[in-house]
Amino acid sequence: MNSNFKVFIKGIIDVSPLMIPVVPFGLIFGVLAIDVGFSPLETMGMSLIVFGGASQIVLLQLFSGGASSLVIISSVGAVNSRHLLYGAVVSEHLSDLKLIWKIVISYFLIDQAYAISNGYLKKNKDQNRYFHLVGAGATCWVIWQSTTFLGIILGAAIPEKLGLSFAVPLTFLALLVNDFRKFINVIVIIVSGLVATLGYNYIPFKAYAIVAGLTGLFAAMILTKMVKTNE
Amino acid sequence: MSNWALIIYCGLITYLTRFSMIALIKKEMFNDRIREILSYVPSAIFPAIIFPAIFLDNTASFQLEDNPKIIAAIIATIIGIFSRSIIATIFSGLASYWFIIFVI
Repeated sequence: MNSNFKVFIKGIIDVSPLMIPVVPFGLIFGVLAIDVGFSPLETMGMSLIVFGGASQIVLLQLFSGGASSLVIISSVGAVNSRHLLYGAVVSEHLSDLKLIWKIVISYFLIDQAYAISNGYLKKNKDQNRYFHLVGAGATCWVIWQSTTFLGIILGAAIPEKLGLSFAVPLTFLALLVNDFRKFINVIVIIVSGLVATLGYNYIPFKAYAIVAGLTGLFAAMILTKMVKTNE
Repeated sequence: MSNWALIIYCGLITYLTRFSMIALIKKEMFNDRIREILSYVPSAIFPAIIFPAIFLDNTASFQLEDNPKIIAAIIATIIGIFSRSIIATIFSGLASYWFIIFVI
């Protein structure tokens, strides 16, 4: 069995390539948060407390559009509902741990750490294999906090003319690169996008993100069922 | 609601999405069907951020003509499909956007 430290380091090394896109993402978040009116301390607090890139940018987007707190909070919850899946998948590897470890690991259960550690957890049966997830999560944490901080500082120096807010839809577009080739995903993407765009002005409380998301999921439910019936 | 309260509630709900399954779940509770549906969450939710930010202007009205964002987003999507790289997608989109607004 490898030592705890070795497994932790393995997690850091394995997740490192996935950190490259996190850097511009964190910078953009820091810059935008200041731009839409959060203080530097609040911006830093958001990265520390929420620690979820996509949902933090959704928060900014809805906040700047004047959405109510309830809509913002439930949209953040909706965006992050994918973590339910991650938790369910990794829980079998963590079931023997003390509650305090579960509390700590939950904080680090983010996209990249899940993506990279899930494979390791499956292949490895060592008692301390969860240190891999901690190593990967901690790496993301350091990168996310430091790039947020840099973004806050750089924010003032970046001219508005650059239109950096366009980086937001681009970032989300980029997060879907692996879905563009899958038929059902493409349909779901188009359905959700159309509902959000057409409903933007008509769905009350700026709840368009939730309504579009649920419509998209509903479409996924029907399509996956149809594909199964045809098989 | 103050900004800090908003941030804390958002943090709380995010943490709960991560912790609840690890703390409570028995594997059997999560059948393959639910897993399958949850795997579509990014495809269902991210477009709700992407599309309005591209097709609507500052006043939330449609901007289909003379909109550099649409062209840049199409280029980024094509690059994304072929490269499957997050960073290449972001940079190709930004580069083509800047090329259109500053050069052309």
